[in-house]
Amino acid sequence: MSARAVVTVFVPGDAGALSLGADAVAKELARECRHRELAIRIVRNGSRGLYWLEPLVEVSTAAGRIAYGPVRAADIAALLDAGLLDGGAHALRLGNIEGHDWLRSQQRLTAARLGVVDPSDIDDYIAHGGYAGLHAALAMPPHEIVRAVTDSGLRGRGGAAFPTGLKWQTVHDRAAAQKYIACNADEGDSGTFADRMLMEGDPFALIEGMTIAGLAVGATQGFVYLRVEYPHAGRALARALHVARERGYLGQNLRESGRDFDIAVRVGAGAYICGEETSMLESLEGRRGEVRVRPPLPAIKGLFGQPTVVNNVVTLATVPVILARGAAFYRDFGVGKSRGTVPLQLAGNVKQGGLVERAFGLTVNQLVYDYGGGTASGRPVRAVQIGGPLGAYLPPSAFDTPLEYEALSARDALLGHGGVVVFDDTVDMARMARFALAFCAIESCGKCTPCRVGSTRGVELVDRILATPGGAAADIALLDELCDTMQNGSLCGLGGLTPFPVRSALRHFAEDFG
Amino acid sequence: MSLTPSAIERCVDTAVSRMKGAPGPLLEILHLVQNELGCVPPDSVPLIASALNLSRAEVHGVVSFYHHFREQPAGQHTIKLCRAEACQAMNGDALAAFAAQRLGVEFGETRSDGKVTLEAVYCLGNCACAPSAMIDGQLHGRVQRETLAACAEGWGLPE
Repeated sequence: MSARAVVTVFVPGDAGALSLGADAVAKELARECRHRELAIRIVRNGSRGLYWLEPLVEVSTAAGRIAYGPVRAADIAALLDAGLLDGGAHALRLGNIEGHDWLRSQQRLTAARLGVVDPSDIDDYIAHGGYAGLHAALAMPPHEIVRAVTDSGLRGRGGAAFPTGLKWQTVHDRAAAQKYIACNADEGDSGTFADRMLMEGDPFALIEGMTIAGLAVGATQGFVYLRVEYPHAGRALARALHVARERGYLGQNLRESGRDFDIAVRVGAGAYICGEETSMLESLEGRRGEVRVRPPLPAIKGLFGQPTVVNNVVTLATVPVILARGAAFYRDFGVGKSRGTVPLQLAGNVKQGGLVERAFGLTVNQLVYDYGGGTASGRPVRAVQIGGPLGAYLPPSAFDTPLEYEALSARDALLGHGGVVVFDDTVDMARMARFALAFCAIESCGKCTPCRVGSTRGVELVDRILATPGGAAADIALLDELCDTMQNGSLCGLGGLTPFPVRSALRHFAEDFG
Repeated sequence: MSLTPSAIERCVDTAVSRMKGAPGPLLEILHLVQNELGCVPPDSVPLIASALNLSRAEVHGVVSFYHHFREQPAGQHTIKLCRAEACQAMNGDALAAFAAQRLGVEFGETRSDGKVTLEAVYCLGNCACAPSAMIDGQLHGRVQRETLAACAEGWGLPE
């Protein structure tokens, strides 16, 4: 055994990296280093979000962290031969990944620690600025915490974009024996994965954000409603919650503050509708995830009838940096009424997909071409869908639109959860419109008629339009009218927003409809 | 796992006592039962209902509402193939057709020999590595026909 110090090697444990063989890479690395009598410590970090380079292996060297990717298990021997542990030259060597244009041009506030820290190590979290927000919050009266969040301009990143501070203020102002923080981790929109990445790669940020929310509004219990499709996130959260409790960052009298707060994880069961906040509350209470009629708002009468803050993962994980750096610091990013940064998720048929966190204002063009590098198939881009299955499709002629709430709204589109899915020119937009309606039919909770019945009638209408070459004008008008009914008559966003993909497909890609 | 009445009863008892005192415990109990027995057998419904002071209809209503809960055990192997937009953008529909053909089973069904269950899921959160599938609990990205064909071969499915 050589006298050299133990070398730290980072092999992501992120589900996306695992899906591309990261476990096999870690195993082979450990085996080969044992065989060569090289002392290493493998850290299973989160992903930095450059998914075309995953599994992205980083080695801690005197010259900083040197990255290699995409690494396959079969590459390990050759990498070690090339001096992997000293950052040696190899075709897969990428240098310091933080100097990579793709990452250097980003403004990572919410995702600052993603891929950097060991998600199971609370000391690593603290060494990278973690819990500074909580310490600041513990020195503030609750209404000032709420004011900081209000002044930051933070709006719900789950899709509804409701001002977070206003929601917190409402719960803060209610007198109740028990209040709750309910974190919506039912990230069901296709094309979105920021919640998953954060929970897997930096779970303490979510825990800290929820704790601050609890202090701000006077809630002592938090729930994370986690989708069953995210088992890796569940394990990462469970580990982090255990450590946070052991270290006194959760539980009774946390950090000797005299305040109590704890978090329980509840697992969903594969119902898209449970990402809708009132449906999620029903599900958390152990019932069918049927949407509740509002009012009352969850902030007034939420979980178990008590005042409840419902925020999604990205929103809550953004709270610590606001408290740590101040409302003005966060608010100074962004444009217009879209303050701060937004973790955009680039997916689908794209060469370089992943997580791009930037101040609001990046255009679709910049995201799809500058970051994405165009399609994975090499064919021309024909459309993007922004904001998940309920989001609008935009054609390249609209790609100059900035990805921020108001500009998208002016184009009859939504930012939603910030997912952007790229399609090449082989896409049939009538089929995509049909899929939007079919998906709504599959996932409708059944409570209101426009959604339950409208979605099925919509599928039938699209089928009829496609079966009537040239003679479908009356049915297209009828489909538009049906969209009106769904949009205005549905109880929640599922039925209410399904018309967005349908109408945008009709408007921008009329040639695909017969 | 044989679903004898006493095994079901034991499983429900354990699940109920584990969640005793927790608010709104039904979903958690159903998860515990399914994790243990591989499904939520219809015979467990009256037991759960009685333990929670709910009607059988209420419990059945919850079991049937959620796509994740199943009333019969899945096959020996399970493939959950993502059918959502990001995966469709990467030829997901053609892959899905191939999966059904090569595995010899339709979506939402289990092969008659009990070897494979094929299910559609709507998003595994791996959309930058589309198309994605969860195969026996393991997430796979950039799934190709070859990935599925190798599974089929490994599981001894006839061509």
